[in-house]
Amino acid sequence: MNHRYIIMLSACLPVVLTPSHARAMHISEGILPFSWALFWLCASAPFLALGLRTLVRRSEVDLASKPLVGMVAAVVFVISCMPVPVPMAGTCSHPCGTGLAAVLLGPTLGVVAAAVALLIQALFLSHGGLSTWGANLFSMGVMGSFAGYAIFRGLRMAGLGVVAAAFAAGLAADWATYAGTAMIMAAGIRGTSPFWPMAGKIALAFVPTQLPLGILEGAITAGMVSLLRKKRPDLLARTAMTGIGREGR
Amino acid sequence: MNKPVYVLLLCTMLMCGVPFGTLYAGEKWPGVDEAVVNRIAREHGRKERPSLLPTAEGDLQLFMFLMAGTVGGFIAGYYWRVLLEGRKKLSDEKPTR
Repeated sequence: MNHRYIIMLSACLPVVLTPSHARAMHISEGILPFSWALFWLCASAPFLALGLRTLVRRSEVDLASKPLVGMVAAVVFVISCMPVPVPMAGTCSHPCGTGLAAVLLGPTLGVVAAAVALLIQALFLSHGGLSTWGANLFSMGVMGSFAGYAIFRGLRMAGLGVVAAAFAAGLAADWATYAGTAMIMAAGIRGTSPFWPMAGKIALAFVPTQLPLGILEGAITAGMVSLLRKKRPDLLARTAMTGIGREGR
Repeated sequence: MNKPVYVLLLCTMLMCGVPFGTLYAGEKWPGVDEAVVNRIAREHGRKERPSLLPTAEGDLQLFMFLMAGTVGGFIAGYYWRVLLEGRKKLSDEKPTR
C-alpha cells in the first residue's frame, strides 16, 4: 500500500515541478572562455577514466551491483535536472544526487553517473553547455562525489549511524558542488579582478537557494540509504559500509 | 518523530516561505543560472550562447523534460524492482536447497 502512494506521488511530481520555461542550473554554454573550458575538461578526465575502470572491474566481480549502478545513475539524472523551487529565495535550483551516488557506489562511480547525466542534459535538454561539460562535471561529479564520500566515511569512522552520515554526505555534496561552481566561475570570468573576493561573491549569491536545497538533498540521500538498508541490507553492506566494520548501524 | 510529522514539517517550511520568496524575486522562480551564474557572468562581459542543439524552443523543452523525467523514472523504478525481486528470489530459493 505504501509503495502505491510513493509511485503516485512520484508520478505527480514532474507535473508539479516542470516549469513552463525550464531553467538550467549548470554553467551554460559560452559562459567560460574556451581555455578554461578545456582546462576543466582535462581536470575531470582522469576521474572519469578512473570511474569507468572501476565500473568495468566491479561488473566483472560483482554482477549484483549492476542494477544498483543503473538505478543510482537514473536517480542522479532525474534529480539533477529537476528544478526545485526554494520559497525563501524565490528561485529554483536542483539537487545533484552525487552524494547519494558516492555513498552507494563510491566517489569514482559517482563521477561516471554525473558525467552521463550532464552529457544527456547538455545534448537534449539545453541544461548546461556542451563546452562547459568538463567544468560542470568537475563541480558536480568530482567535487560533489568526493566531498560527500569523504564526509560519509569520516562520520562513519567517528561512529555516527549510516542514515545520519548519509544526510551529512548529501548536504556536503550539494554545498561542495556549488562552492566548486563558484570557484570555476571566478577563475574563468574574473579577468583582472582578484580570485577569492570574486569566488566569495558568487558563493554568497548561491547561499539563499543552496542552503535549504542542501538540506533537502541530505534528506533525499538519508531517505534512500535508509530505504535500501531496510530492503537490501546485504547490498548496502557491500557498498556504503565496506571496510568500516560497523555494518547495520 | 515519525515520518508523517517530518513530511508535514518540510511542507509547512516550504509553504510558509512562498509569499516572502515571490515578493523579493524580480522574476518569478528564476533558476540560479539566471539569478546568479549568467547575471555575474554578464557583469564581467561573458554572455551565454544558445546551446548547440536547439531543444530549448517553445514547448519542445517542456516535452524533453517530461520525457527525461519519465524515462529516467522508469529506469530507476525498473532497477529498484530488479534489486528487490533479486532479494525475493534469493530468499525463496533458500528453503529448497
